[in-house]
Amino acid sequence: MPEHELHLTVGSRFENVELVQAAIDEAIAARGADEDARHWVGLAVREAVANAIKHGNRQDPDKRVDVAVLIDSEAVEIAVADEGSGFDPSTVRDPLAPENLFRTNGRGIFYMRRFMDEVSYGSTASGGTLVRLRKRFAAERTNGQEP
Amino acid sequence: MKIDKRVVGGVSVLELEGKITIGKGDVALREAVQQLLAEGADKILIHLERVTTIDSSGVGELVSAFTTVTNRGGKLKLVNLPPKVNDILQITQLITVFEVYDTEAEALASF
Repeated sequence: MPEHELHLTVGSRFENVELVQAAIDEAIAARGADEDARHWVGLAVREAVANAIKHGNRQDPDKRVDVAVLIDSEAVEIAVADEGSGFDPSTVRDPLAPENLFRTNGRGIFYMRRFMDEVSYGSTASGGTLVRLRKRFAAERTNGQEP
Repeated sequence: MKIDKRVVGGVSVLELEGKITIGKGDVALREAVQQLLAEGADKILIHLERVTTIDSSGVGELVSAFTTVTNRGGKLKLVNLPPKVNDILQITQLITVFEVYDTEAEALASF
């Protein structure tokens, strides 16, 4: 199956999380992704875009979030870039540690890693954060049922 | 997200419908719980059957509601978790934090 590409640039407003998720959902549904895959990819996309808006761009309306999507018959790859000052994911607390269980934040990246097959962090040319997500369609997971 | 409120046998029931997600649903949940607390409610049951999506912000709001109500000596419990909401709470081990019931009758009887 030929590759399908999608590129979105949105402003740093939370309502755009909805827009990006809907666009990617439509694209992966058209490529045959099942309902479960659509749900978990959708949630991971939400977390990535919300982080870009909230922590990367700090809701600055003049800053943009770029989303690049590549879909083929095997997988979807999503790259989300912000215009912030970068981020070190190793500084994020373990949300499963007993002392963090009652924290009201800090679970987004953990969820992304659970919902997707691959999640990696890097930097954009201008120093912003670039997060890459990959999910194989109908992937055989080794740790039991999804997510 | 839509929220319906009712009181059954002294328990304030919040029925949530739609998405508990960043920007809208999470804020709506926070405001609804704060309003109940301002009205003096101390037994709160959150009905989740018609929740289609919950993200980390929504989960954070549930945790915040739970700790706020508990710290004031009240109780906050959950009922009718859809499978995907259950999964979300399960993988962050929050299912062990909340009291979760399968039916409203069981939940109401537990207060």
